[in-house]
Amino acid sequence: MNNSSEEAAATAAAAAPATAIPAGQSGTVVRSTVIRRLFKNPLGIVAMTILLAVSLLAVLAPVLAPFDQNYANIAKTLAAPDSVNILGTDSAGRDVFSRLLYGAQLTLLSALLCAGVAIAIGLPAGLIAGYYAGKFEAASNWVVGILMSLPGLIVLLTIRAAFGPSVWMSMIAFGILISPSYFRLTRTAVQSVRNELYVDAARVSGLSDLSIIARHIFSVVRAPIIIQTAAIAGVAIAIQSGLEFLGLGDPTKSTWGVMLSEGFKNVYLNPTLLFWPALAMALTIGGLVLLGNAIRDALEDGEKIKPRRTKAPVTVPVAGRAAAPAARPSRKSVAAVDPGTEHHLVKVTNLGVGYPQADGSIKKVVDDVSFHVDRGEILGIVGESGSGKSQTAFSILGLLPDNARIVAGSIQFDGSYTVAPGEEHVSQERLSKLRGRRISYIPQEPMSNLDPAFTIGNQLVTPMVRVLGISKAEARKRALKLLTDVGIVSPERTFNAYPHEVSGGMAQRVLIAGAISCEPDLVIADEPTTALDVTVQADVLDLLRELQQRLNIGVILVTHNFGVVADLCDRVAVMQNGRLVEEGSVRDILRNPQEPYTQTLLASMLEGKEPMSMLVSTGQKEPVA
Amino acid sequence: MIRFIAKRLGSGLVVLLVVSALTFFLLYMSSGSIARNILGDQATAEQVAMKEHELGLDQPLLTRYFAWVADALSGNLGASWFSSEPVANSLATRIPVTMTMVLAAMILIAICAALIGVIAAVKRGWVDRVVQVGAIVGDSVPGFVIGVILVTILAIQLGLFPATSTISPDSGADAWVYSMSLPVIALLINGVTGGAQQIRSAVIKQLERDYVRTLRSRGIGEREILFKHVLRSAAPAGLTVLSLQLIGMLGGVVIIEQIFALPGMGPLAVAATGQSDLPVVMGVVMYTVVVVIVVNLLVDILNGWLNPKVRVS
Repeated sequence: MNNSSEEAAATAAAAAPATAIPAGQSGTVVRSTVIRRLFKNPLGIVAMTILLAVSLLAVLAPVLAPFDQNYANIAKTLAAPDSVNILGTDSAGRDVFSRLLYGAQLTLLSALLCAGVAIAIGLPAGLIAGYYAGKFEAASNWVVGILMSLPGLIVLLTIRAAFGPSVWMSMIAFGILISPSYFRLTRTAVQSVRNELYVDAARVSGLSDLSIIARHIFSVVRAPIIIQTAAIAGVAIAIQSGLEFLGLGDPTKSTWGVMLSEGFKNVYLNPTLLFWPALAMALTIGGLVLLGNAIRDALEDGEKIKPRRTKAPVTVPVAGRAAAPAARPSRKSVAAVDPGTEHHLVKVTNLGVGYPQADGSIKKVVDDVSFHVDRGEILGIVGESGSGKSQTAFSILGLLPDNARIVAGSIQFDGSYTVAPGEEHVSQERLSKLRGRRISYIPQEPMSNLDPAFTIGNQLVTPMVRVLGISKAEARKRALKLLTDVGIVSPERTFNAYPHEVSGGMAQRVLIAGAISCEPDLVIADEPTTALDVTVQADVLDLLRELQQRLNIGVILVTHNFGVVADLCDRVAVMQNGRLVEEGSVRDILRNPQEPYTQTLLASMLEGKEPMSMLVSTGQKEPVA
Repeated sequence: MIRFIAKRLGSGLVVLLVVSALTFFLLYMSSGSIARNILGDQATAEQVAMKEHELGLDQPLLTRYFAWVADALSGNLGASWFSSEPVANSLATRIPVTMTMVLAAMILIAICAALIGVIAAVKRGWVDRVVQVGAIVGDSVPGFVIGVILVTILAIQLGLFPATSTISPDSGADAWVYSMSLPVIALLINGVTGGAQQIRSAVIKQLERDYVRTLRSRGIGEREILFKHVLRSAAPAGLTVLSLQLIGMLGGVVIIEQIFALPGMGPLAVAATGQSDLPVVMGVVMYTVVVVIVVNLLVDILNGWLNPKVRVS
């Protein structure tokens, strides 16, 4: 159940990029930055220039066109361009340039009409369906399903057969047909903000539903609607021209579709007649497509940069690392680790992780972090969201996002480098031999970390078959044993279940079973209890400790919760803004924290009346740039 | 699974009924004087009245609709008002031409779009940029304009292909393939550019899912993750993309057939529309809706097979 609502939320976010804009911000601020970004994007400028030029030509058609659209000079048919007819004439002796301009007028007006009709129907219907849900939503979903399943051109043919040749009629019909795209967009956007706090707050403060919709929800759907309109106007122009091309339009009106059809009839005599209407169509529709893309990019850029900005303030210019590649050792011979450190299971030395930015600099999210973990030891890495603790953990696993760079330092595992000093990336070649086999991972969010399309058994058995090279039957036996070990009462049933059929706590036990299934030396647990109920949290922590002691493995426990650290860890490293601020035994740090940040963290959990309140609020999944 | 299919089939039939009623009322209510339209301006009022009676137009609309449904259920879709050819016959000779083209184009689109989209999502780099640019170009140039350009350059200017493709399958497979290739290419270009881009985003979305990282952490190889997990999860989105393309193509093929003078549904639909030959228009709409319902049913079944959650609920 939980999972499906999550998916809905995810689709909502995807369908309506603007919903990610923080609700607290006023609409105008967001819009002005988006517009500024739009004007910085060369493609956006090209698109706007084209559309502006076409619109101007269309508006000024009566002034600019030397001839009436239907004025035919029978003495001068299919003429080449000259000073009178600057683009030549067609087979009836009509001026191509004039017809092109009048065609632009009609084409743009019909596209506007179509989009206008679609918005007039889709937007209110979407608002109502999204805000009030219920029967109206069910009914409109059904209508939408039918409208979406009909091919536009066939519907327009039917409309033409019923109402005769009218550009306006067909565009109104197409507007109705395409209104579901606005309906869906508005509905999803509204649904995703409907229950947001600020709408609740507005409701409590006594505002009417109408003013809530007007004030908050319009600001959310505005940008997606502009994007959608650009796309729909393009589609409308294409389908309108198609209809005209078939000869089913109004014969007294000059349109690009008619001109193309006229050119195609005379393709053997004068193929250039095809060129101008085709170019006009491609430029106009292309301008709309590019504009839509540019607005989308402008919106998404804003989202992408925001989480990074909060991550770490340290910015290193690329030039600072320019000398590094020269000093880098060749790929083949990985340098030996410093003597005397081989016995550490993991040793991270001066690690720096960063993400390249658009302006060429690298934003560091982990900076100068060093620690080590030995066998049979649990190291806690504590810090708030964005402190770089998960990034550090993923560097050890070699599971950083593709665009991440190791900007400094090294990582060694069991006496050999996985990231040698000077290397920019984690060596997948080396880590793919370690992952699953010797280093394993327990994720934070249990449900999203199991593939919904495969049974739990399948997802436990496959890694054992691949990594340990045992038979499926043997792996199955072990998997059932593991499920019992992690405290699952009916292992057979869980083994055969799909992830959506088990609870979150059960799924986390399954993931822990998976992590220890191949008898690793090191387990990296990334907030393994954050997504669970409080009662289940304690069980899972007990389980982790019990397994760790029994198997004598090293554990890196990433958490924001000092309670978990006190409960489970031997040593602890405190991270803030990508840096390691303090490291030591749990006893020392808890009793006598040296750094003010550690003191703040501890104070927030030990002395406050509501334990962990400050930190829990930031405990959502870390954005991975 | 059987119940699931039966349910989908049932709702498909409801849609068919609703669309047929809407189309019927829309066509017959707003067409003005149909009989005068057929007979021309010279006809006397008596002749018009006789024609109306002959066509059954003097009956109430609802009666006529139920008569049409009853006839349609027995396979009789009426006859053209102009050529008197039974609509069912016209459809039977023309649907194979159109559907072969549509299916050939769809299969090629599915293969090319999936291949290019997946490669772009996994490898990124230049393939990805080509896909992005291609999608913009494909979105900017309507399919029929591409058709016109192809004929002009490849067939008329260079003479590589025949400009019209009226060869029947009887005249040998290679001659037929040769004459059909240009219309099929014209049909599939937009599908490939648009499809590849959408499949790319679907695959990227799956690659960024948490469970993919967890599978990597378990020591599962990249290839197995891609083929067994990611593509399977991205498949429903891909199927939806392709089914929408197929539905859109039912419209696009009308213009393409007109350009290449192919004896498919296109010329029939265009002529019937121009003349307001309503029984034929009804037939064309019904054929379209049936194809749409069948396609959607197939997609639902495939999705149910791919996604255990759909099957359970």
